[in-house]
Amino acid sequence: MKYLTEYRNPELVQELAREIRRITTKPWTLMEICGGQTHSLVKNGLLDILPGNISMVHGPGCPVCVTSVSIIDEAVFLAGLPGVILCSYGDMLRVPGSSKSLLDAKSTGADVRILYSPLEAVQLAKENPGKQVVFFAVGFETTAPANALSVVQADQLQLDNYSILSSHVLVPPAMEAILSDENNTIDAFLAAGHVCTIMGIEEYYPIAEKYKCPVVITGFEPVDLLQGILMAVTQLENGQYRVDNQYARSVQPEGNIRAQHTIKTVFDKSDRIWRGIGNIPQSGYEVKDRFKKFNARQKFTINIPVAQENAACISGDIMKGLKKPKQCPNFGTLCKPEHPLGAPMVSSEGACAAYYHYQNADNSLA
Amino acid sequence: MQLQCPMPKFDFDLITMGHGSGGLLTHKLLQSGVFEIFNNDLLNQQHDGASFELPGKLAFSTDSYVISPIFFPGGNIGELAINGTVNDLAMCGAQAKHMSLALIIEEGLPMADFWKILQSIKAAADSAKVKIVTGDTKVVEKGKGDQIFINTSGIGIIHPKANIHHNNIKTGDLIVISGKIATHGIAIMSVRKGLEFETTIESDTINLNHTVATLIHKFEDGIRFLRDPTRGGVASVLNEVTEMTRLGAYLNQSSLPIDEQVEGACEMLGLDPLYVANEGIFIAIVDPAIATDFLQVLQTDQNGKYAAIIGEITNEYAGKVVLKTRIGSKHIVHYLTGEQLPRIC
Repeated sequence: MKYLTEYRNPELVQELAREIRRITTKPWTLMEICGGQTHSLVKNGLLDILPGNISMVHGPGCPVCVTSVSIIDEAVFLAGLPGVILCSYGDMLRVPGSSKSLLDAKSTGADVRILYSPLEAVQLAKENPGKQVVFFAVGFETTAPANALSVVQADQLQLDNYSILSSHVLVPPAMEAILSDENNTIDAFLAAGHVCTIMGIEEYYPIAEKYKCPVVITGFEPVDLLQGILMAVTQLENGQYRVDNQYARSVQPEGNIRAQHTIKTVFDKSDRIWRGIGNIPQSGYEVKDRFKKFNARQKFTINIPVAQENAACISGDIMKGLKKPKQCPNFGTLCKPEHPLGAPMVSSEGACAAYYHYQNADNSLA
Repeated sequence: MQLQCPMPKFDFDLITMGHGSGGLLTHKLLQSGVFEIFNNDLLNQQHDGASFELPGKLAFSTDSYVISPIFFPGGNIGELAINGTVNDLAMCGAQAKHMSLALIIEEGLPMADFWKILQSIKAAADSAKVKIVTGDTKVVEKGKGDQIFINTSGIGIIHPKANIHHNNIKTGDLIVISGKIATHGIAIMSVRKGLEFETTIESDTINLNHTVATLIHKFEDGIRFLRDPTRGGVASVLNEVTEMTRLGAYLNQSSLPIDEQVEGACEMLGLDPLYVANEGIFIAIVDPAIATDFLQVLQTDQNGKYAAIIGEITNEYAGKVVLKTRIGSKHIVHYLTGEQLPRIC
């Protein structure tokens, strides 16, 4: 496929790997933010061709993984209300809440539907005036514009039966939370190319400066990732810490202004609890008061007990980069995709799922 | 499939509960619909079951079809229900001869849709050279089904030279795929409510029995094993093989035939084509001594134009399926867990 095969070119991959090996003189720890990047690294076996003194740790950039148990419980509760159609991106359905997942709720009669776009949910609300359609608005800055646009559209259509359950999370506050953790070991970040396509790169300058930490905005294909790693290691080896843009074919410095405008129209920044990590101030989006009739939390009375996270799941340490999936005593034993203890094992972008599904053929048999 | 004859005049535009009552409406529906279309000596006996004799060793298979939507690019549930069972028999090395057809219809199904489905069933059965010899029609209340569910069972005669069994698989055997992977699954997904995207991808549902018969006739027990990778895709079939044989399967990603649009759709949706459902293709595990000829013969067949050798059976990764990626790295290909769900971003 055009624009993909070039970035999966085996010779280029080997050449970049050689160059990384050539310039690396010290051990460095890099974190890729996005779960999509984690999967690409593991699935393509890139971790095996990096020099031994470069350690990749896997960041919190999987929206499914960081959505707190209490928000899943809210979604399951709403799905169980009579007359409610709960719409969600497919990824969220398997994630366990305190007692059940949305898929469990669906199998016991709740009307849960998988959609690819929130605008479909608006359409569904239009077609079903007798039902309440709730869209589970999950995601980082990438899905925020479309989710916000669904509220704008519902407002224009004067729909009384559409609302969203916002679970949005933001990348820069999470990076700061990781860097300011006393156990932090991260030397450089690969930031998420698609997030920056929307938001631009300005938010990352103060982080690079304050924590003296290189940030390389990076794409998702094997060549992108190795080039991003090369750019980060080059900075580290030279004692530099600035923001570089590897994903320039998609990321403009100012980002997508129209998308940002739509986000600002509908959402305010708010505190958000991250699964396994806890509360990070101003790290999420909530629907503005102006649009409160489209906010499921204000529209419905959500009566649920305080959620407990499964203590056997170490997802917090994994998403902060303190541990790797295989360091979890329950990895692949008590915790498997078919009966997960936590979200990183079920999400298509979760680090544990990546290690489970794409474990290196030779190592795992050793 | 083309409609071959106009719909007869029914008293109703929609299927109603009465059509499943066993009374007059059922009788009319069967007489002017089902019997008229599937007209053959065994069915026309209108007995509780069909009586017949068949020579040789037989294979027997059943499958139920609950696909949504019932009409999709490249086909509908009717032809799928015939091709699916015909192909299951073909994978046993058998030519389907006689089939049963059981329809569970949700009341409210437009009669015109029902007629279209029957026509497709007829066309698919004719193409496979199989007779519908017995059947059943039930109607369930609105909300108790999803338009129409179909079950077909089939009996086929196993080719006398066929010896298809996983016990025959040996180290060094080659894995052949008869066509492009993931086409059917992506065609269905492109029209599924909530996921619609624009594409010209069509399902490749087709009967494979004639293709397989030609191959068995020519290569006999050089063909060790056959399986159509429907639900769960290529990954699931090969995992079953490695689990049953305790041998390994080593796949080469760059050899996997896949349509460019299908691959693009998989990228967009975050799906791995190895797990996406297929219809009009099969996996053959063959003796390496015949592999080149086998591939050549298959490629001259209408259903095997894009056939390719995609890997081999090894004793190196016992019980595992291992994929060599385009980049050269290797990773294990597991069973699919649950349903493949499209990703968020």
